[in-house]
Amino acid sequence: MDAVMQQVAEHKGCGTSGGSGKASCGSGAGENDLPPEIWDKVKNHPCYSEEAHHHYARMHVAVAPACNIQCNYCNRKYDCANESRPGVVSEKLSPEQAAKKVLAVASTIPQMTVLGIAGPGDPLANPAKTFKTFELISKTAPDIKLCLSTNGLALPDHVDTIAKYNVDHVTITINMVDPEVGAKIYPWIFWKHKRVEGIEAARILTERQMQGLEMLTERGILCKVNSVMIPGVNDKHLVEVNKAVKSRGAFLHNIMPLISAPEHGTVFGLTGQRGPSAQELKALQDSCEGEMNMMRHCRQCRADAVGLLGEDRSEEFTTDKIMAMEVNYDLESRKAYQAAVELERVAKVEAKKEELETLAGVASDIKILTAVATKGSGLINEHFGHAKEFQIYELSTSGAKFVGHRRVDLYCQGGFGDEDSLETVIRAINDCHAVFVAKIGGCPKGDLAKAGIEAVDEYAHEFIEKSAIAWFKAYLEKVKSGEIVHEERGDAVIRQGALIATAAAAE
Amino acid sequence: MAYRIVSSQCTSCSACEAECPNEAISEKGGTFIIDPAKCTECIGHFDTPQCVAVCPVDETCVVDKNYPRYQAP
Ligand code: SF4
Ligand code: SF4
Ligand code: SF4
Repeated sequence: MDAVMQQVAEHKGCGTSGGSGKASCGSGAGENDLPPEIWDKVKNHPCYSEEAHHHYARMHVAVAPACNIQCNYCNRKYDCANESRPGVVSEKLSPEQAAKKVLAVASTIPQMTVLGIAGPGDPLANPAKTFKTFELISKTAPDIKLCLSTNGLALPDHVDTIAKYNVDHVTITINMVDPEVGAKIYPWIFWKHKRVEGIEAARILTERQMQGLEMLTERGILCKVNSVMIPGVNDKHLVEVNKAVKSRGAFLHNIMPLISAPEHGTVFGLTGQRGPSAQELKALQDSCEGEMNMMRHCRQCRADAVGLLGEDRSEEFTTDKIMAMEVNYDLESRKAYQAAVELERVAKVEAKKEELETLAGVASDIKILTAVATKGSGLINEHFGHAKEFQIYELSTSGAKFVGHRRVDLYCQGGFGDEDSLETVIRAINDCHAVFVAKIGGCPKGDLAKAGIEAVDEYAHEFIEKSAIAWFKAYLEKVKSGEIVHEERGDAVIRQGALIATAAAAE
Repeated sequence: MAYRIVSSQCTSCSACEAECPNEAISEKGGTFIIDPAKCTECIGHFDTPQCVAVCPVDETCVVDKNYPRYQAP
């Protein structure tokens, strides 16, 4: 086994039980929690490091339309212009167009460090297009890390090619290790020139996924596993999946909520299969956390998403616009920009550490959730009314821990369209005690207060974690002095869709 | 007979193109079409027509009755 992966396998010290005052690891892992070789691979990857996702951007190119399996949560037939689900794209690209797009984006967005190919079909069902794209990009933009997302069916056949093109990170979607469960998720696979159905299909798929995962980790390629949480189908079973993938060296587990609205025309959408609530999702993620690193900041991006997680700038880079662009790929200025980002990051980590020290010695069992309006950089820097999503932090005496994000934008036939937007926000963050914003009007502030959520604007443009800890300290003091009574909050609703807010529309 | 693609159903996913043993499938104006002169219904290659087996949308790759049944040479 490769030395790096050996260290991943040995690195199990994380989890919720720490109590050392250090935030638990997982996607929130920082420099001191990981072996240096691993940290080096993930530190600028917005999807592998929760810390990095505030500062670095990724892009996907949609060069892979074909797929070799059918999932009950996917419908490739349906593509509404305003709609976005994972797998939906507005334009399919040739490898040459994709390479030009990467250069155009990397020149415009210097913090773009990662290129992923994630469909809309399966990148490994389109191996020629996928690897041609990687080849072109590794020649023209050698500093960009390459990433690939697959269902795993064809994976064992392509591991050597993946290694040859220096692909840094691979994501495998694994929803089951029990074929009986799999048969409820996958109606068929296309395997050895035949359509295979039912349990037999799921059995082949799970074997290929496990084999592929093992082959990758043996070669030292970092692997993330994505699982879709489908209540009543695989929700309990995902604990099993978590153990299976961890033992095979997966680095990070990303459990995502099922997205299924009837309008999406998926099998699950049509049969009325519901997605999980915010509380259910968090409970499952928490229960797996002791086992391995959990990712909590996945945005379930479109297959052509561009920019920081939580924003989508793909509209600025349509094929017409790219082809007309003068591209000047300047490696030096990209490096200089990223160096400045690093300084900002160090300042943030320092600020958090200092504030954390002030919590030392405070004893309390209280744990509460708070929402934050942010545009990135780890700062409270978004106006309440402009926020398309809120980031959720769990506060306790061991610090501020990122536990997820809640979308509040509207989307095509989203189901909440005719509802007052403030109500939508309250439903999405109903499990939070407070919401941190850069600015908020008097009216919404009052309405939030009525719903039991305190709007906090005195930390505008300050670091999220530092501010949240400071506020939490004051909260505990008020509880102690009897000024306020601590009460538990209810559950919240997860919005059904991937992010559609474009950066331009956010203004 | 040859197979044909119901263009109103086709998602242009291109899955069929790579599987056809006769390169009978190509893209034209955003959707995929089958050249009936090249289609052998996969006879002699596979048990089932590959375009039918891989296509994610049922009833999209269908028999075109305008052509006589393919005779293996
Ligand atoms: S879907 Fe999740 S893992 Fe993939 S790019 Fe978006 S945030 Fe990252
Ligand atoms: S039936 Fe076979 S030969 Fe004919 S188009 Fe389909 S895949 Fe090609
Ligand atoms: S597999 Fe079906 S949907 Fe995909 S391109 Fe071929 S005919 Fe169209």
